[in-house]
Amino acid sequence: MDFERFIFYFLAAVLVFAAGRVITVRNPVHAVLHLVLAFFTCAGLWLLLEAEFLAITLVLVYVGAVMVLFLFVVMMLDINVSPLREGFIKYLPVGLSVAALIVIEMFLVVRARNFGADAVAIPARHGVDYSNTRELGSVLYTDYVYPFEIAAVILLVAMIAAITLTMRRRPETKYQNPVDQVAVKRADRVRLVKMKAEERQ
Amino acid sequence: MAEFWELIREPLFIVLKIVAIVAPLMLAVAYLTYAERKIIGYMQVRIGPNRVGPRGWLQPIADALKLLMKEIIVPGNSDRFLFLIAPMLSLAPALAAWAVLPFTDTLVLADIDASLLYILALTSMGVYGVIIAGWATNSKYAFLGAMRSGAQIVSYEIAMGFALVGVLIAGGSLNLREIVLAQQGSLLHWFWLPLFPLFIIYFISSVAETNRAPFDVAEGESEIVAGFHVEYSGMAFAVFFLAEYANMILLATLAALMFLGGWLSPFEGTWIESWFTWVPGVFWLLAKTSLILFFYLWLRATFPRYRYDQIMRLGWKVFIPITIVWLVVEGAAVMADIGPWFD
Amino acid sequence: MDRFGNFLKSLTLREMRKGLGVTGRYLFKRKITVQYPDEKTPQSNRFRGLHALRRYPNGEERCIACKLCEAVCPALAITIEAEERADGTRRTTRYDIDLFKCIYCGFCEESCPVDSIVETRVFEYSFENRGENIMTKEMLLEIGDRHEAQIAADRVADAPYR
Repeated sequence: MDFERFIFYFLAAVLVFAAGRVITVRNPVHAVLHLVLAFFTCAGLWLLLEAEFLAITLVLVYVGAVMVLFLFVVMMLDINVSPLREGFIKYLPVGLSVAALIVIEMFLVVRARNFGADAVAIPARHGVDYSNTRELGSVLYTDYVYPFEIAAVILLVAMIAAITLTMRRRPETKYQNPVDQVAVKRADRVRLVKMKAEERQ
Repeated sequence: MAEFWELIREPLFIVLKIVAIVAPLMLAVAYLTYAERKIIGYMQVRIGPNRVGPRGWLQPIADALKLLMKEIIVPGNSDRFLFLIAPMLSLAPALAAWAVLPFTDTLVLADIDASLLYILALTSMGVYGVIIAGWATNSKYAFLGAMRSGAQIVSYEIAMGFALVGVLIAGGSLNLREIVLAQQGSLLHWFWLPLFPLFIIYFISSVAETNRAPFDVAEGESEIVAGFHVEYSGMAFAVFFLAEYANMILLATLAALMFLGGWLSPFEGTWIESWFTWVPGVFWLLAKTSLILFFYLWLRATFPRYRYDQIMRLGWKVFIPITIVWLVVEGAAVMADIGPWFD
Repeated sequence: MDRFGNFLKSLTLREMRKGLGVTGRYLFKRKITVQYPDEKTPQSNRFRGLHALRRYPNGEERCIACKLCEAVCPALAITIEAEERADGTRRTTRYDIDLFKCIYCGFCEESCPVDSIVETRVFEYSFENRGENIMTKEMLLEIGDRHEAQIAADRVADAPYR
C-alpha cells in the first residue's frame, strides 16, 4: 500500500465517520462541527484528485463562511430536541418509503455500469507544470462563459431579493446613523451664549 | 538501513523545514509582544518593561514561563473537549499558512500554484477557534465575544478578499512568488501605488481580522471582560495569544509580499542600487514586515475601540464599495495597458 | 458642499492621520516614568507617612496622654490608656494606632500640644501577618528614635509657616 492510497483511505474513513456523526449526534453544535470536519476531509480528497482550486474553494466558501453562519444560528438557538423526537414511530413508514425511493433512484443513475472503475477511464496524471486553477479558468471563461455569467446574475438577483424582502424600516424602532454621528461638529451641539453679569442687589 | 533512510528522508526534511519556520516565528511572536509593550509604552510617555534581563529583553521569556507554570482551569459546565481544542484550532491555521509564504525567490516550503487562495482559506478558518471557544466556555461574556468576532471576521474577510482580488489581477497569478516577481522594477513598481486604496483597506481589514484594537470588540475588556477567552488560563490562554500574534505577523508578511515588493530591494532601479546588492532578500522582507507590524502597534496606541454598529458599517458600507470601485478602475487600467504596472 | 467636504475628509482618513500624528510625536518625547526603587520623587517636608512618637533630648517621652489625638482622629484609629507614673507624671500605658483605619490626615500631629505624635516621611512598609497593622507604643517610639534627626529637621523647616 503506497502512501497516497493510505491517505485516501484515511480521509475516506474520517469523511464517512464525520458524515455519520452529523446525523447521529444529539447536540446540534456538534453536528455542525462534524459537518465542518466532513467538508475539510472532502477538500483533502479533492486535493488527491489534483483539483486544488476546487478543494481550497470548498474550504474557503463552505468551511470559512457558510458553516460559520450556520454555527452562528445553531449556537444561538436553544433547540429542545425532545419535541422533535415525538412521533418518530408515526412518521417512520413515510420516512422509510421516501428513503427507499431515493436509494432506488440513486441506484438507477449512479450504479457501477455508469460510474464503475471500468466505465470511467483512470484520470491521467498531470505533470508538475499542470495548474488546475488555470485549466478551470480557461474552461470557465471560454466554453462556459454564458452559463457562468448567468449564474452570477441569478445569485445577485437572489441576494438583492433576500435583502429587499427582509429590510424594512420599522417606524417604532430607533436607529442611529453613524454617518450623521461622525459628521457632527462642535457648532451643531454647543452654543456659546454671552450674558451680562447680573447687577448686585 | 539505507532503504529506511530513503523512505523517511523526505518527510524528515519537510519536518526540519517546518521547524526552521515555526521556531523563529515563535521567537518573533515573543518579541513582538515585547515590542508592543515598549512601543505603546513610549507613545504613552512611559518606558515599558525594563526589569527582566538587560533592558527587559527577557520579559517575554518570563511571561511564557509564568503561563507554562499556571494551571489550566476548565469551567464546570463547559464542553471539555471543544474547550481544550479551541486554542489549537485558532493556532493551527495561523501556522499552516506559513507553508506557502515565499521568503525569497527560491526559499519557500511549498511553492503551490494557488497559494494566495490557500492563505485566504486558512485565515478564514481562524474564526472557528474563537467561536468554539466562546460557545464551549458556557459563559455569556465568552459567547457574546465569540458572536461579535465571528460576525466581524466574516464581514471583513469579504473586503480583504476583494483587496486580494485586486492584487491578483495586477500580478496576473495566484502564486505569491509570481506576484512578487511581477512587482520588479523599482519602488514605484510595487503594487502599493496602483492599488493604494486596496492596500489601505487590506491593512485595516487585517487589523479587524486579527481582532486587534481598535477592532477588538471580541475581547472588549471594558464591556465583556475578556470576550471569548475569559475562562482560559495558563497555556490554553497562551496558545490564543500565540495565535493572535502569529496571525498578525502572517498578515503583515502578506501585505509586504503583495503590496511592498516582498524581498525586492527598495533601491532597485536607482543609482544607489549597487550599494545594497550584498543585502539578502530576506532582510528586506523582514524590514517591510516589521514596518507594517509597527503600524499595527501604532494604531493600537492611537485609537479607542470602535462601536460595534460602526464596525459593521465600515466593513459593509465603506470598504466593500470602495474595493469594488477600485477593481473596476483597475480593470480599466489593465485593459488600457497603463504602465508600468499593467503592461 | 459641506457633505462633500466631509466625505473627502473621511475618505482621506484625515482625522486618523491627525491621531496617528499625536501618538507618533509622543513616541519621541522624553519619558516621564520614575523608576521607583532606583529613583524617587522628591518629598515635601510636610509628607505624612508612618507615625512616630518623639522623645525629649533627655530621653523622656513627650506624650502626656492628653488624648487630644484620640479625640480628633476621624477614623478612630488611635487607642490610648493612661496612668500616673511613679514620679507623678501622667504617661500612657498603651498607645496603639491601627494603620488599617488610619487615613493619614495628620490631625493627630496638628492637635498634639507637645509635638509627640508625628507623621514621618517613611512610606515603604508592609505587613505580612494579621495584627501587624497595630502599631504599639514601643514600635512608635522606636520609629521616632530612628528618624529623630529627619523629623526634627522637617519641623524646623516648616516652623516659619505655622
